[in-house]
Formats: sequence, C-alpha cells, structure tokens
Amino acid sequence: MSETHAQTVGFTRNDMLPPLPPPVTERGAIKWLRENLFSTPLNIALTLFGIAVIYLLLQSALPWWLNSVWNAESLSQCREIVAANAGPDASGACWAMIRERWHQFLFGFYPPEEWWRPVLAFGLLFAALAPVLYSGQKRSLTILLCGVLAYLVLTLYLAGASGVVFALALLLVLGMLGLAQVQPGKLLWFTLLYPALTFWLLWGGSIWSPIVAMAGFAVLYGVFRLASPLIGLAPAAGAGVVAAVLWWLYIDVPVVEMLQSALPFSIPAIASDQFGGFLLAIVIGVTGISFSLPIGILLALGRQSDMLIVKWLSVGFIEFIRGVPLITLLFTASLLLQYFLPPGTNFDIILRVIILVTLFAAAYLAEVIRGGLAALPSGQYEAADALGLDYWRAQRLIILPQALKISIPAIVSTFIGLFKDTTLVAFVGLMDPLKGVTQIVRADIDWKGIYWEPYIFVGAIFFLICFGMSRYSMYLERKLKTDHR
Amino acid sequence: MKKSVFFGALAATTLVAGLAGAATLDDIKARGELLCGSNTGLTGFGAPDASGNWAGFDVDLCRAVAAAVLGDANKVKFVPTTGETRFTALQSGEVDLLVRNSTWTSSRDSELALDFVAVNYYDGQGFMVKKDLGVSSAKELDGATVCIQTGTTTELNLADFFKQNNISYQPVTVADDSEAQRQYLAGACDAYTTDASGLAASRATMPDAENHIILPEIISKEPLGPVVRHGDNNWGDIVRWTYYALLIAEEKGVTSANVEEVLASTTDEEVKRLLGASGEMGAKFGLDNDAFKRAIAAVGNYGEIFSRNIGEGTTINLARGLNALWTQGGLQYAPPFR
Amino acid sequence: MTMATDSPKDGFRLSMLIYDTRYRSYTIQIVVLILFALAVAWLLNNTVQNLAARGKEFNFGFLWQRAGYDIGQQLIPYNNDDNHFRALLIGLLNTLVVAVLGCIFATILGVIVGVLRLSGNWLVSRLMTVYVEMFRNVPLLLWILLSYVILSEVTPQPRDFRVTDEMIAAGEEPAASMMFFDTVAVTNRGTNIPSALFERGLGTLDLGFMSLNLDFWAILAVIVASIYVNRRIVHSARATQEATGVRPVTWWKSILVLFGPVIALIVAMGFHLEIPELKGFNFQGGILVAHSFTALLIALTLYTAAFIAEIVRAGIQAISRGQSEAAFALGLRPNRTMSLIILPQALRVIIPPLISQYLNLTKNTSLGIAVSYLDLRGTLGGITLNQTGRELECMLLMMLIYLSISLMISAVMNMYNNSVQLKAR
Repeated sequence: MSETHAQTVGFTRNDMLPPLPPPVTERGAIKWLRENLFSTPLNIALTLFGIAVIYLLLQSALPWWLNSVWNAESLSQCREIVAANAGPDASGACWAMIRERWHQFLFGFYPPEEWWRPVLAFGLLFAALAPVLYSGQKRSLTILLCGVLAYLVLTLYLAGASGVVFALALLLVLGMLGLAQVQPGKLLWFTLLYPALTFWLLWGGSIWSPIVAMAGFAVLYGVFRLASPLIGLAPAAGAGVVAAVLWWLYIDVPVVEMLQSALPFSIPAIASDQFGGFLLAIVIGVTGISFSLPIGILLALGRQSDMLIVKWLSVGFIEFIRGVPLITLLFTASLLLQYFLPPGTNFDIILRVIILVTLFAAAYLAEVIRGGLAALPSGQYEAADALGLDYWRAQRLIILPQALKISIPAIVSTFIGLFKDTTLVAFVGLMDPLKGVTQIVRADIDWKGIYWEPYIFVGAIFFLICFGMSRYSMYLERKLKTDHR
Repeated sequence: MKKSVFFGALAATTLVAGLAGAATLDDIKARGELLCGSNTGLTGFGAPDASGNWAGFDVDLCRAVAAAVLGDANKVKFVPTTGETRFTALQSGEVDLLVRNSTWTSSRDSELALDFVAVNYYDGQGFMVKKDLGVSSAKELDGATVCIQTGTTTELNLADFFKQNNISYQPVTVADDSEAQRQYLAGACDAYTTDASGLAASRATMPDAENHIILPEIISKEPLGPVVRHGDNNWGDIVRWTYYALLIAEEKGVTSANVEEVLASTTDEEVKRLLGASGEMGAKFGLDNDAFKRAIAAVGNYGEIFSRNIGEGTTINLARGLNALWTQGGLQYAPPFR
Repeated sequence: MTMATDSPKDGFRLSMLIYDTRYRSYTIQIVVLILFALAVAWLLNNTVQNLAARGKEFNFGFLWQRAGYDIGQQLIPYNNDDNHFRALLIGLLNTLVVAVLGCIFATILGVIVGVLRLSGNWLVSRLMTVYVEMFRNVPLLLWILLSYVILSEVTPQPRDFRVTDEMIAAGEEPAASMMFFDTVAVTNRGTNIPSALFERGLGTLDLGFMSLNLDFWAILAVIVASIYVNRRIVHSARATQEATGVRPVTWWKSILVLFGPVIALIVAMGFHLEIPELKGFNFQGGILVAHSFTALLIALTLYTAAFIAEIVRAGIQAISRGQSEAAFALGLRPNRTMSLIILPQALRVIIPPLISQYLNLTKNTSLGIAVSYLDLRGTLGGITLNQTGRELECMLLMMLIYLSISLMISAVMNMYNNSVQLKAR
C-alpha cells in the first residue's frame, strides 16, 4: 500500500509543516484576557464590576486632579484660577497650599535654619539600624550605609547645612563605612550611642547633657563590675541601678553645668512645642518602639515566669493596656498623669505622651515576643538547661536571640500600627501631621475651607512609609523562614 | 542603653519641679517665659502662621502679660489646648494663664477652682442660617438640624433655648470650627450655632457671604476672658490689671505708637501712674513700675488689638458692639488706676 | 525552678535567700510585691495630695446630676433632663452598636475580599490588592475623616427631594429621590430609615431607674424561644438519624418554628413601618441615622476588613492543596469541599488573629471623636467630663468600661476558638 502510494504520488513533503499560529482566541492579549478576565460568567461579572468601579473613581476624581493649581496665594485665588481655566463649575485641587505649608507638615514649627538636624538624625537612624538588621553582613551593610550617605548629601544640601556639619556628618558615615569593611561587629556601638546623639540633635542645648546622661550607664556598669566579686551578681546589679539613678537625679545636672562652663559647646535648644508634623510622628513612634523593646522583653519573660506574683503582675499590666483604646491612654497622659505624680511635678506633654505610648507599645511587644518565645522548640530550652546555664545566661545566649529574630516581622508590624496611631496625639493638642497641622493650616484665613488636599498629601506620605516598611517586613519574613527550614 | 536619654531628659531638661500655684509670678520670672494656654487654632483669636508665630486677639493679651512681667512680648510659650484639656492644663500648672475664648460661668469658678480675672470679649451665642431658608428668627427653627461644637457651653445653651421655646431640633455635633463650617456650607445642617464672633468670622471667609445671615437672637451671655488658677491672687491681679491697663490706654488715647510721646508730655495723673511715671503702682504687683507701659508699647491698647485682629477692616470684620468702651456705649469698663 | 540542688546539710543562713534556688524565687517575688505595693501607695498618696491641693474630692455622685446636653443618636430614650449616668449608658450603647455592626460587616467584606484576592481574575485580584494595601497602610483616622467628608459632600440636601407644583407642571423630576421603594432617604445630614411601629404595642414598663420597651423584649424573648425549640428539633432529628440511619425531613418544621411565632407576634401587635417624609426642614418620622455614625461604621468596616482579608487569605493558603484534592477524590462536590474540608481547617488559623481584629475594632470606635460621634468617649469622656470637671473619675470609669468590654469579647471569642480547635489528646 505504501509503496504504490509512494510511486503514484508525485510530491512528498519531507519536512514538517511549520506550526500554525494558535487560533486568534488562544494567543496574545485575547488569550490573556479570556483566561484572566472572562473565563467564567462569574469572572465576567466581576470584571465588569471592577471596570465600573475604576470608571466611577476616575470620572469623579480625574477632572479635579487635572485642574490642579500649584501657584496661588490663597484658596479663593485657587478657585478663581480653576474657574478661569476650566469654567465656573469645574473643581480643582489646590496644591498651592502644600507648596506654601509643606514644611509644617514635615517639621511643624522647627526653625528652618535648624532643619538639617532632624534630617541628619533621620538619616543616621538607618545607619544605627543597619548593624542590628544586618549583623556582620558586609555587603548589605555597605549598601545601606552608601544609601545613607547619598541621602545625607542630598538632604543636607537642600536643608542648607553649614560646611562643618556637612563635613562631620559625611566623615561619620564614611568612618562607619570603613569600619563595616574591617570590623562590622563594632558598628553596634554607634547604635548604642545613637539615642543620645539624636536627643542632642533634635532638642539641642549643651552637648554635655547627653554625654553625662550616658555616663550614668557607665556608672551602673562600673559599680556592677566592682561590687559583683564582693556581694554577688544580683545585689551588685541592684547597687548599680541605685548608683545610676542617684547619678541621674543628683550629679547629672551640676556636672553638666560645670562641663558646659569649662568647655562650652552647644547648638540652639529647640523646645518640644516646636515639634510637629511627621517629625513629631516619627519621634514618638521611634522612641516609643525602641524604649518599649526592653520593657516588652521583660514583660514577656515575666508572663512566662514560674513566679506567680511576677506572672500575674505582668499579665495584669499587658491585658490592661491592651484592653483600653490608645486614645484613653493619651487622655491619661494629658489629664491624669499630673494626679499620679508628686504635686507640682510638671513636664511637657510630648514627654508624657511618649511615656504612655511606650507603655502601650510595650504591652503589644510583650505579646509579640511571647509569640516568638512560644515558637521556639522546647529542645532549645532543654539544651540550655542541659548545658547548665542559669536563667539569665540561657535567655541571653540561647533563647532571646532566636526569639527576637523570629519576632522581627511582627515587631515591624507593631511599629507600623504605632506609627499610624501617632496621629491620635492631635486629640491632646499636639500637632500631628493629619489633624493638628491641618487644623492650623485651616485656621489661616487664606486656607480656611480646604479639605481634601492636606488629607491626600499626608495620607500619601503615610502610605509610602508604612507600605515600604510592610514590604520590608514581608521580605524579612521570607528570608527568616528559609533560614529555619 | 536607650533608656539613658529618657532619664536624662527627665532629670536634666524637662523636669520642672516646683509647687504650682504658690507663686506663679516667681516661677515665670525664674523660667523667663510665660506659659499661655491657647486655642489649637481659631481664626482671628489665636492661631500660628506659616512660620509658627502665634497671632490673634487672645494671643495678644498673653503677649501683653509677658511684656509686663518679663519685659519681652515674645517670651511666651503658647500651649495649644483642646476643649477637653484646657482647664486641666491650667489646674496642673502646665500653663500659667489660659486665654482661649473660655466662658466665665459660676461652676467653672466654684467647682473647677478657677479664677476668671476679666472679660476681654463679651460674646453671645447666635445662629447663622442660609438666607434662602426664609427664616428670620431662631424661634422658627422648629425641627431644624443644628451644627454645634462639642466640649463647650454652647450645647447646654442650645438645649435650654429649644426647651424654653418648646420646639425641637436635631443636633449634629462637630469637632471644630472649620469642620462646622464645612458641614454648614454643604447643607448638612440648617443652622450653625456658636458664639456670634465665631459666626461672623466663619461668614467672613465664606465664598458667598452675602447669602448667609446671622439671626437676631443671642441666646446666651458668653463673657470670654483670661483664666488663672484659684489661690494665687497676686498673679490674678497682674493679669487683670494688665488687661485693664490696655483698656485705660484706649480710653486715654495712649497707643503703642505714641506711648513714649504721651509719657513725656502728659499732665493726666492717671496716665502718669499707668505708664510708671508717678507712684509705685507696678511695684505693688511685684513688677517694674513701667510694666504696663511695656505691655502697651508691645501690643497696643485694647482698641488696637481689636482692630488689628478681628475688627472692621480685617477679614473677620467684627463691630465693636458690646466690646466698645463704656464711654462709647459698650461694656468695657476699667476700674480707676490708682 | 528547673534545677535541683542538693539540700545543704548546715542550717539556714540569710544569704541562702539569694543564692539558694529553693528560696530565691520567693525572695524575688516578695521584693517585687513590696516594690509594687510601694509604687501603688506612692501613686495613691500623690493622687490624694493632688486632689486636696485642687480642692476636689473623689466620688461618683456627679453621675446622678442633670446632664443638660442633647445626644443626636439615642438607642434608648434620653433627653437633656436625664442624668449623666443615663448619658453614659447612651454613649456605651452607641459604642457597642458601632462595634457590633462593624465586626459583622468587616467580617463579611473581609472574607469576600480575601477570597477575591485569590481569584484567577487578574483585574479583580489587583483591585483587591490595591484596596487592602491602601487601607492597611494609611491611618484609620484619615479614613474616618474622609468618609465623613464624602458623606456630607456627595449626598443631596433634603430640599433636593422636594417636588414643587412648578416641577410637576413642567414634568421635571426632583434632583434626588428616595431609595428602596421610597423608604430610605439619604441626605447630607443623615440617613432616614423607616422605623417599626406597633399599633397595639405592649407599652413600656417603668422600673424606676430605667424603663423597658416591652415590644422589643417580647420579640427578643420569642426569637430566643424559637431558636431553642429549633435546636431541639434538629437535635432529635440527629438522634433519629443516628439510631435509624434515616434523617427525618425537618426543614419545614424549622422554618415554621423560627419564623411563625415572630410573625404572629408582630402581626398581633399591629406592625407597620413609619416611612420618613419630607416635612419642613427635614425628613420627619422614621429613624435618622447620623452621618457621624455611618462614616465611623464605614471607615471601621473598610479598615478592619482589609486586615481580615489578609487573615482569611493567609488562612486559606495555609491549607495544603492535598486536602482539597483528597476531598475531590472522595467525590465531594466543590461547595461541600469548601464547607466540610477547607473552611473548618482554615477557621483554626483564622480565628485567633480575627479575635484581635475584633478587639482592635472595638477599641478603635473611640476614634469617633474625630467626627464627634457621641460614643462612650464622647459622652462620659467628653461632654460629661468637660461640664463637671471630674477628669479622674470619668477617665477611670471609661477605662474600666472599655477594659470590661475587651475582656468580655476575648473571653467569648476564646470560648468559641476552643470549641473549634483540634483537641490535642
């Protein structure tokens, strides 16, 4: 059959036919559309619904965005410009307000000639975080520090910092970069010094006050080392704490004054009430979360402790703080704290708010860290016991490093939540970016009646910061997960 | 380690210990700064501008007191307070003086242990409605929706007024003045009620001011004035007489511009005493003799403060009305300075 | 303590309190207790001194004084002659109603969004991602303020509903019209919904300190009773099934028992709807739901739903594919697979974080302050505090109430959680 066929047929194809392109419904954009948008009746309905939502959003908001005004003196002028450009009934955004008042949203009333200070402190925050996040990883450290360097060059130039400041800041970061190449572990010292440095940068005043305050810790450590051979570890630690508290209460101030008169060096002091906008939000958020970390760790350990009284006190504190809204705690800071402190004690509202926010965050962090502790396999605890480590050594060397590492993503989430919640300080009269500064801007007769623009501006910045952090925490989560497989 | 800054801050910089209430004047002098409780932002009465300088009718009184006590009208720290936090801030010593359009009432004097030392603005609660609503009296507002700010005396007055006239209303509570204005303009309420000065200020900034009217009924007395803590009478006297000095200055035609001139040329004994040229009037308060002169030089007399911040010619455009001097048919009357 | 030590032979020395592991934990606990007691005593002492210095006393008598202010939204009758305690109750109910409705709506929306985010539809899953990320990363306060602004800017004014003679003559429609068969009117000052009225109501029972609406309680009692009877029916049906293998048909009994008595009761009481009508300035009749309530509810729902969506997504993704494949292999249909296999397992992952979202939502209702919603914080912690100047009492009472609500929610939810969790044997 095949032979005859071969002879009778004059032409035989030797090569394969080139494959036909898939039918038009099975390729390119149409295939993609069919698969991803119109695969089933339900999907078609959903897609149409989605398109309708997008259309409605665009239809209502797009003209407003397109008619934006960037240059105007006041809201009424904005309205005139919009009316002139797009007809009397058109609406348009008035970004001119942001152009005139952006600095209040970022810095509050911080004096413009000192803006370099918060800007520098913000940059160094990342330099201080780097050794914690990437302990010992030279490459990541170098990349992050280079980023900080680039940020500082740009922002310090924009903020008009003086040449000396510029040089010192760059030297500092370059020095850290160098150290990262040789001994990355030593960078942790900068992290430890960073709070004092930032306190001095932001609030200003004599350089000696943060130095002498830090010296309190040296006193603590010195007393502890001297006394521990004599009276044992625990009493020595107690003695160290007492000595440090005495130092801060009685010796601190005279020593600062003495040093300042002998070697005067200070930058202009900025009072707390000048802080506002995102500067305030970040200061409250970052100090809240970093001070609350040690308290949170202690509370978490206390909650897991075998000692009943310690356990119940920890549980009581955690559940109380987590059971009431933050806003009542803020009102406590503003209305009640004076009742609880000795008569006549009075310190400024920002510090009071920070204390309450710290306690608030500590309760949440305690739960986060408890989760981390619970996630550790019990073999780790048993191994530590088997090695004969006592409680604190076991915690310090074995348990906490692992538990904290597991908890980092959750700590970041807590921080995001706390950062968003800093907007609530507006209700006790502080100038948060969302409500406080907006209210001040609206009290100006030029901008009275402006609603959407400040909210959108502030919301966008919050979104950028929080979204960035949440992405970072997801990345960390993925990274840490593979480590533990 | 991070705790160090915390304790350092507590111990070194911000912890200001000292019995509040005993001798406010000494505290202020030691501090070199007057702590003045202000509004978080109310157009014309007290709000910071783009560069953070506070300005306004209430703010100027704080500046006058600072000029009298410390010799410098800029040595004031303005502490923004909300309706809820203002009196606590004063009681706890967080501020030395509260000038935040607060109404003088009996229970605030007695129960809250505060002293209202003077009335720097006589106000009253009124209603604003849109012209095309066709309402000419507040008594026609039966069934209306009324926008009202919370945390003030206005909500009590409103409840009383509608009850007395046996008519009903639906309250829409709003958080602050600008929010109230937005709601009102959007038509979310038929009437907006607050102090008449606030209504006038709101109306002045509306795009279509001519379409809104303020109804004739003033349903309450709202004497707004500076407040101090109960128990430190000398400090209360200082604030009271600084304020009266500004009134007397207006009465006698002394302004910030001509104060030196008047001092050199005047033959009026009261003016001489006021400006510290004769007698020891200032010293009796524990101040310098020219303390009140400094206050007048710094912020001007009452009339100047009024016309600069809220008077006719400004955007807010309030008439003097009840706040004219007694010689011109108003209520502002200072006791003799002797 | 975990370490066992040989008991020393010699007698007790003082230093053993610190060094001996048998005694050390007691020493530490006693020291902590003493420090705690000292701290509490110090705080109390300060408070007493401060109260004395300000000439104030600490008592809750002010709660029985006349409140004098009006509250826009009242679930139980209130007027300005009632006392501060009554105002507190109104505020508490307002807090609870937002919290409960918010939790329900947020759960529904969150589940829908969480499932849609996993859907194969590219556009919808992207839209849901945008929604979730936008709401999770911007402060709740902003959403509350924005939804309030949107509600009062976008909705029509009451006068837009008016039909005048000229309009009828010209054949024009009014600028706005009511929704749902002319029963609901959304204006820029609130939403008017119909209210239920009874011609032959049972009236109210005055208990002296509060009065009970008998209609409401009667309906509630009937509903509870019918649910109980229905459970008995289902129970006996199951018993029959287990005994004989045949399940008796009970659905018509259930429907009859669940709905019959209630319908009979409300018909007997002369039920009719009072539909809002435009009269004078406003819609009259029916119930006015203020925008501060609606805005707070919408913002809380959208914000919390974004978090719940993430929880649901994570819960569903945590169930391995093998589970659904095994279910298909057993011949279960997709919806049975979902309800019998996937959901019960996913719930175990979902519920614990869901509890904390419910708690967060409840606590976040206190942000109603931004739109002056008169909840517990607005009445007790706001106007009452302001009018009476009793910040210590008001704040402590408020915290106590919030704390009790939180503890109750977590107790109830934990009970439910325990009933769903795998029983470890």
